[in-house]
Parts: sequence; C-alpha cells; structure tokens
Amino acid sequence: MQLNSKKSISAALAAASCALLGAPVHAESTINSDAEAWKFDTAILFYGESERVQLLEGVVNASKDFGNEQVFNGKVVIDTLTGASATGAVAQPYVQTFTRPSGKGGYTVAAGDTPLDDTFHDTRVQVSGQWTQPIMEDVRASGGLQFSKEYDYLSIVANGSLAFDFNQKNTTLSAGLSYAMDTIDPVGGRPTDFAMMTASTGHGEGDGYDDDDNENGESSGSESKDTADLLLGVTQIINRRMLMQFNYSLSQSDGYHNDPYKLLSVVNDQGYTQNILYESRPDKRTKQSFFWQTKYAMDQGVVDVSYRYASDDWEIDSHTIDTRLRFDLTETTYIQPHIRYYQQTEADFYTPFLAEGAPLPEYASADYRLGKMSAITLGIKYGMQLDNGDELAFRIEYYQQTPKNPGIDAPGILQGEDLYPSVKALIAQVNYRF
Amino acid sequence: MLSNTKKAVTLLLVIQLGACSSLGVKPWERDLLAKEEMALNAEGVDLGLDDHIYFSKEATSGGRSFGGGGCGCN
Repeated sequence: MQLNSKKSISAALAAASCALLGAPVHAESTINSDAEAWKFDTAILFYGESERVQLLEGVVNASKDFGNEQVFNGKVVIDTLTGASATGAVAQPYVQTFTRPSGKGGYTVAAGDTPLDDTFHDTRVQVSGQWTQPIMEDVRASGGLQFSKEYDYLSIVANGSLAFDFNQKNTTLSAGLSYAMDTIDPVGGRPTDFAMMTASTGHGEGDGYDDDDNENGESSGSESKDTADLLLGVTQIINRRMLMQFNYSLSQSDGYHNDPYKLLSVVNDQGYTQNILYESRPDKRTKQSFFWQTKYAMDQGVVDVSYRYASDDWEIDSHTIDTRLRFDLTETTYIQPHIRYYQQTEADFYTPFLAEGAPLPEYASADYRLGKMSAITLGIKYGMQLDNGDELAFRIEYYQQTPKNPGIDAPGILQGEDLYPSVKALIAQVNYRF
Repeated sequence: MLSNTKKAVTLLLVIQLGACSSLGVKPWERDLLAKEEMALNAEGVDLGLDDHIYFSKEATSGGRSFGGGGCGCN
C-alpha cells in the first residue's frame, strides 16, 4: 500500500516544494511516471490607478511533465505601462514646471496637485524557464533562468535549488540560491546624486525646458545592480486537512538603487520650493524575510493564510497578511474572497522634502514607496470548470495605499498641501487554463 | 527588536522541526491534500501577477519565493 501511494505523496510534496521555489507544478502532474500533455495557464490583468499608472499584463505559463517527475515550466509575460507616477516633489500653491527625464521639454503641475510625471510609456517582456527533476531518492533539484527587458532596463536571473523529503515525505526541506543581474540605462542619462533639476519655482526662475544634455548633471552610460538571494524552506504536512510552509530568505543587493526619475523638493522655512534635486539612495541593501503559510482543506473549500515579516538595513520593516478563502459553490464553480493587509515603516533616508540651508544628508529620497504606509487589498474571484475540462476565472480587486507622515513637521504653506496622498487602484483579471 | 524576532523565529523553527516526526499523515490519508487547490501555489499565475504589482508599489518583495531583481519598476 505504501509503495502504491508513494508517488502521490511525492507528487504532493514535489508540488509543495516547487511552489516554494517558484516553479509552478500542479499536484497531479507528477503522479504518473509517463509523460503528460502540455498544460497552459494564461491570464490577462488590468491594473489602473485613478489619475496615475495603468498597466495591462498578459501571462502564458506552460508546463509539461516528461515522466519520472521531470518537469519543465516556461513562462512568458508581456506588460505595457502608461500614465503618470509621483515624482517625489511636493505640491505647491502655484503652478510648477518640471523638466522631462529625456531633457526635452517639460510638464506643468497645477497648484495644489502632487507632481506626477506622465512621461512613462513602457513595455516589458519577460521570459523564464524552470526544470525540476529527482536526482536521487527523496531529493529533487531545480534550476531556472529568467530574462526581463524593458526600454531602460534589463534583468537576467538564474536560480537553483534542492528539496529533500523525509519523515515519510511529510516534511520537505529546501534550499535555493538566486542571482540577478540588472542593468539600467535611464532615459536622458543617469542623474548624479542630488543633481539639480532646472525647474520653475513659481517666482519666474527658469522656463523648465531643458534642451541642454548636461544641465541635469547626468552622466552617460548604464548602471548595474546585482542581487543574491538565499531561500530556505520547510514544508510540513500537519494532518489530513492542513499543510504549512515556513521560509526564511536573505537578499543582498549591490549597485545602483536609485530611481533615476525621482525628485526631491528643497523648501524654505515658508514651505516654498527653492530647488529640485534628484534623489540619492545607498548602493547596498540587505533584506531578510520570514514567511509562513498555511492551507486548510474544508469539505467545500480551502483556507489559505500567509504572513510575512520583512526587515532590511534601510530600516524598512514590513508586515503582510494575505488571506484567500475558497468556497466551492458547486462541483465546478467556486468563489474566493481575498483580503491582504500590508504595512511598512519608512526608510531611514526617506524624507518628503529637504530643508533649505540644512546640510545635505548622505542619502535622501522622497519616493513614497520608501515612506511609511499601509495598504489594503480587497478582492473576489469567481472560477468555473467548463464542459471540456478547461477552467475560466475572473478576479476583481481594489487596492489602496495610504502613505503616512513619519513624524516630520511641514513648514508654512506645506501644512496646507497633501504631502501623503493615497493611491487607489482597480485590478481586473481573467484566467484561462487548458 | 530584530534579535528578539530572530530568537522567536529560531525557537519556532526548532520546535517545528522537532515536532515533525509526530506530524503528518499516512499515505492513504492524502485525499484532501492531493487536491489541486491545496498545492501551495495552486494559483501560480495570480501570485506572479500580484508579486509584480506589489514589488513595484511597495518597499518589500519576495518571501514566498525569490524576490530579487526582475524589473525596473522600483
């Protein structure tokens, strides 16, 4: 009996540990030692923020079991991004004019509005492949490559991992390494740290149009960032209904961490902008995270709860709780509410603005994504199995980010401006699996 | 703060590992766990899309799987 069941155990644990290592494998796909047909999992996602970024993303994920638990997984992702994102500069009670990152032309921001740069239209293509197979009894190895290219960015990632089953395959230990090489070639050149951007202060200085390529202090050539990740995991079957996963990850990145399009306002003691600078971030970052996930099988549904604590040497600590509750409505349909809560503390160099006259800090960024904030996602998914066995699902979600004041007193007129505006987004997705 | 967290997590890990031998199921008790929706990444495509959104909008990434590199959105 045990021998007969061994393959399904192995299948479940293979699925669990591959899940952990980022190689999607369906539980049933490794049950038979014979090769199986290709399986495709596709999706189209729309992500739209009110008045800001809009993203359209398509995914095709293909997997095939070649028999004997040798599984290939390939994935192609294409996304296109349009719209505006917050530059980091503060709102002012008058019209502000900024230079575009290309150095050609400018854009204006209405009085009282958070400065957004609407320059960005980008398309990204990502291709990845992952191979997983047993290398000895109760040990599986997995290796993969990923390429991602967008107009100003190239990323190449390689990963490898091992998974060990023991305790009658109720426990799986895994260890993986990943190395990412990113290259960025900013539009209009890379601004030097704290380089000045010519901009209108509203007092008649500058026209905001910068056709001189050297004016923003940019240096030519691309910049790079290397990231090494270590991921250790334990997957444990608790009982007939419950399984649990625990991961520890350590990530170290080295190189160019600035966002070359982010700005900082230098304000006087009345809160009026005197100058606009490019940001400066450290060139190293070490992150750690602890991730715990539990899945529980109900008679008609699944409870999926996860929690992540992350901490890094930029002093950003975050907590994430993610819950999906699947209720089977009939044998072929289900509904799945999704709730996610996220909160983070601010990076130690985050500041919504710089004060005129104060010495420049070593690093500073007004990017709200490095600031103190909380975020909530509320969503619902409806899925159905079609007569031919294919699966169709729809998902709609609402995502809201609420940036917070980390305890900085705003001078003068800035007290009347919204320095921490919330961001609201709608997510809509269609999945098709065949 | 971090060191306390580390200690707690290490303790949790040791307890969990120690308890492993008494946890689990017999091979014939895997009917529910073997369901497709019980796989840890049963919705791998959704998780990947979510990771991309949150990677580009928040300061933390990864945890469930590798989180390094990949796009110029942050």
